[in-house]
Amino acid sequence: MPIDLLMTQLSPTMTEGKIARWLKKEGDTLTSGEVLAEIETDKATMEMEVVDEGTLHKIIAAEGAIINVGMPIAIIAEEGEEVADDYQPASNAPSAPPAPQETPVAITQPTVTAPTPAVATVQPSAPTPVVNERRIKATPLARRLAKQKGISLAAIRGTGPNGRIIKADIELASKRGINLGIGNLTTQPAARPMPQGPLPYHADEYERIENSMMRKTIARRLSESKQTVPHFYLSLDVNMDRLMDLRAQLNGAAGDTFKLSVNDFIIKAVAKALVDVPAANASWTESHTLQHKHAHVSVAVAIEGGLITPVVRFAEQKGVVEISNEVKELATRARQGALKPEEYSGGTFSISNLGMFGIKNFAAIVNPPEGAILAVGATEERAIVDKGQLCVAQMMTLTLSCDHRVVDGAVGANYLAALKKHLECPAGLLI
Amino acid sequence: MAKITYREALNQAMCEEMARDDRVFLMGEEVAEYNGAYKVSQGMLEKFGPRRVVDTPITELGFAGLGVGASMAGLRPIVEFMTWNFAILALDQIVNAAAKMKYMSGGMYSCPMVFRGAGGAAARVGAQHSQALENWMANIPGLKVVMPSNPADAKGLLKAAIRDNDTVCFIENEINYGDIAEVPEGEYIIPLGKADIKRQGTDITMVAHSRMTGFALLAAEELAKQGISAEVIDPRTIRPLDETTILNSVRKTNRAIVIEEGWRFAGIGAEISARIMEKAFDDLDAPVARVTGKDVPMPYAANLERMAMPSVLEIVEAARVVCNRA
Amino acid sequence: MSANQSPENGAGITYDSQFYTAERLHEMHRSMLFIRRFEEKAGQMYGLKKIGGFCHLCNGQEAVCVGIEEAAQPTDYMLTSYRDHGHILARGSDPTAIMAELLGRAGGIVKGKGGSMHMFDVERNFAGGNGIVGEQVPIGLGFAFASKYKDDGRVTLCFMGDGAINQGAVYESFNMAALWKLPIVFVVENNQYAMGTSLERASSETHLFKRGISFKIPGMRIDGMDVLETERRMSEAIEHARSGQGPMLVEAVTYRYRGHSMSDPATYRTRQEVDEWRSGRDPIARLQGQMIEAGLANDEDFKQRDKDIKKEVAEIAKAAEAMPEPDASELYTDIYNDLIEHAYPYPGRED
Repeated sequence: MPIDLLMTQLSPTMTEGKIARWLKKEGDTLTSGEVLAEIETDKATMEMEVVDEGTLHKIIAAEGAIINVGMPIAIIAEEGEEVADDYQPASNAPSAPPAPQETPVAITQPTVTAPTPAVATVQPSAPTPVVNERRIKATPLARRLAKQKGISLAAIRGTGPNGRIIKADIELASKRGINLGIGNLTTQPAARPMPQGPLPYHADEYERIENSMMRKTIARRLSESKQTVPHFYLSLDVNMDRLMDLRAQLNGAAGDTFKLSVNDFIIKAVAKALVDVPAANASWTESHTLQHKHAHVSVAVAIEGGLITPVVRFAEQKGVVEISNEVKELATRARQGALKPEEYSGGTFSISNLGMFGIKNFAAIVNPPEGAILAVGATEERAIVDKGQLCVAQMMTLTLSCDHRVVDGAVGANYLAALKKHLECPAGLLI
Repeated sequence: MAKITYREALNQAMCEEMARDDRVFLMGEEVAEYNGAYKVSQGMLEKFGPRRVVDTPITELGFAGLGVGASMAGLRPIVEFMTWNFAILALDQIVNAAAKMKYMSGGMYSCPMVFRGAGGAAARVGAQHSQALENWMANIPGLKVVMPSNPADAKGLLKAAIRDNDTVCFIENEINYGDIAEVPEGEYIIPLGKADIKRQGTDITMVAHSRMTGFALLAAEELAKQGISAEVIDPRTIRPLDETTILNSVRKTNRAIVIEEGWRFAGIGAEISARIMEKAFDDLDAPVARVTGKDVPMPYAANLERMAMPSVLEIVEAARVVCNRA
Repeated sequence: MSANQSPENGAGITYDSQFYTAERLHEMHRSMLFIRRFEEKAGQMYGLKKIGGFCHLCNGQEAVCVGIEEAAQPTDYMLTSYRDHGHILARGSDPTAIMAELLGRAGGIVKGKGGSMHMFDVERNFAGGNGIVGEQVPIGLGFAFASKYKDDGRVTLCFMGDGAINQGAVYESFNMAALWKLPIVFVVENNQYAMGTSLERASSETHLFKRGISFKIPGMRIDGMDVLETERRMSEAIEHARSGQGPMLVEAVTYRYRGHSMSDPATYRTRQEVDEWRSGRDPIARLQGQMIEAGLANDEDFKQRDKDIKKEVAEIAKAAEAMPEPDASELYTDIYNDLIEHAYPYPGRED
């Protein structure tokens, strides 16, 4: 019996994937664990490994094709098997995306993008694949709600009879969508369509760059956040003299073993301050506020074509050097597009640092379901007044963007004060 | 408002309408001198005399047809079947004559009349006297089917049925005859084709008519204790069916069960659930469930009879299943 | 019967001491001949597939229709079975509308919704046209009940065939009619065959006029092939009913020349038997002979009349055929009188 190789879900939010590259060609023998293809998801380019051994009989989805999760991309012949010429992959293959443990929610791509081919471009020689969505048991109401909220049924585990997805499952998923850093769509994509008709630009005056999956995800996630999360902003100046001294000493003593950045200290300080003011380490859900017990700090990393936020987990328990090494490693892999989904989701607080570009201060957009994000400006010499004396100090401006639903003004202020204390008395960060 | 029985409410409706309109007369077995097999027509002979309260021989087909002809000739007959089981003998007149006369005659003749009597199971009267046949009647274009579930509705609906210019099959329930409740005095008319929300709720819609409305209300009380808020709708008129009220409720609750005393196959529940599926498909969060009489002739033994009938417990169970709480 | 000359009424025929004027005789003759030619035309149209479904013709039974209509008042109610063209024509309803009904046209007497078996004319107190054998008998009883209830002096003339006489509904009606002395005359048109079953094969008592005896309903058998006898006897029966003495049962012995319906091969009877009735007892020929004998008309007159009627019927058929079919909107009308908005189903608002 031939095996239908299906597009699998390679990130929590993935509903479709683009075949970036086939590493095997038709007729190749497939051994378990080998990389079969590279799949571009909404977050990264992932490697798809061989699970079912055999021979790659036929590639259905050519490179560049965008295929819905659960749809066939190739046919594998088992050892010694002859596949009939007219063999058609089953349209409702059971090996749909494995439901991740915490019932994450996948978000369908908003329909506002340009009409890119949503269906696989099929190789002419291949039999026409049946591209129906696999049959998912869901009540009519659940289907309607999921459509409205832009939630893919494929990623939801139904709690109704026979695993049927019911209204409550959609509502729960909609709520949890925020918690998991996946975002939720409270407004229908159709409600804010792209302007119709010709754009006010001459076609020869711009270059068309197709939006990558990541671009679309960033656009959607941040639009949602800015439109649905009630933001407010708190700014504070921090005297960095001592921290800069400490950093210089440590780096000087370290030789080649490590090199600490200002940001490494900030991550550590942020985590310690979150322990001091746990109310600032919180997420909003409709029924409850989740106060996190650990500081999982998301660090925004600019990469080709966008950005990604790898997470330094349990940052409050890690030393500055450990944090430093981890961030370096994560950032490197992030730039390679090689982060695993669990490495860029599950953060509880974000840091975005544009200091290296000389930015004095800026306000970042909260990254739901996190409750706050810290925007870090450049450390620079400024004239300050200290005990009545005008003097020069190395100063840095921090701006905290808060989700007012979980972080009130006083909480945010307390948090910034705690953070300032840690940064201005940096010795404590080493304990 | 006076508290009277369901049978007194029916009596009041007939007496008021006969006093109002000389064309109205009551005819049937034992309606006059015996004062009605179930005492619904108690005292009417004395009030209106033998011209207008007419005892018939046991001849259902004959007097049903007589009613049809009399209505075509301008009278407003109320034809009582002692129970609807006996109306089976008269079906040719109800189905082939009364229901179709207006259409067949291109609108020239119509049959403004009421066929009324007890339907559904009584108690321990066996297979031939215990059946709910409203779905037979409701299947026929040209007929209206009305089934009151309480004394006030019995009065308001019967008055409306007598005044209606079409043939109305008015199906009462013997077990309900003794129910007592407040009934508005005098001119109290409930328009046909209008369902009534007997209890408001948010989690599940329960559609039940006739005696089953009472069952559904008891079930709703029990469900409330279990945290399920049930809305109980009594269509009151089976045909034409007020689907609007039912659909609006389902759009709110997203879940529904239909309860009927009659058999499941092609029953009223089948029709209502089909309507819900056709018109509120995208509002359903679970398949519509039916609680019906069991698919057997009614047995005599008390325990078997109980099992054959829908029960409050079964309604509660069905509601829990539909609410995914079983 | 005798031809006579009465100073007050001019020429005519006296039958059983009843004087019929020449004018009335001509009218009865014209009416019977019209029914005959109309039915022949209907048979022809059926053969051309212009009339569909069931079509029961009454060729040969014209004297029953016309004789009874002659005996009745226009206000008296009349109901019959599915073999109803002759009766409603005798009542005086518009023949074009009746032909249009057979053709399923908008201008049909019941708007094309009834067809051959369901002819009604409320203005002429003609209440069908009922398709179920014997069904019209309890309904007729209801009309009679209403007349008694309202004391309006009307009599109901309830026709049925010799097949219907074995239906239970008929006896239920006999019982109540006699019990309450309702003003109704039950007329059994005994045309010898209930569809394909001869009377002898279907009825234990073939003297159908006796079938009301156990209900104390007086009965009489008349020659349904003789329009004058029919008129005479029916006048008596109607008078009996109108006077408050209760119902009467009349068995009119007659014969249908055509099959039960258009699809009837009539293998249950011989050609010879049909010819005997046709040539020996034909009601139209009989009246013609009586009128010629009485000097009221000659062969030429009748030939001319036949020509005229054939032409008239042809024109009627042409006019009816030219009428449009019913409007689609008629599908949902005439089901209920009191429509109920927002309730399902109600005419025209199904979806």
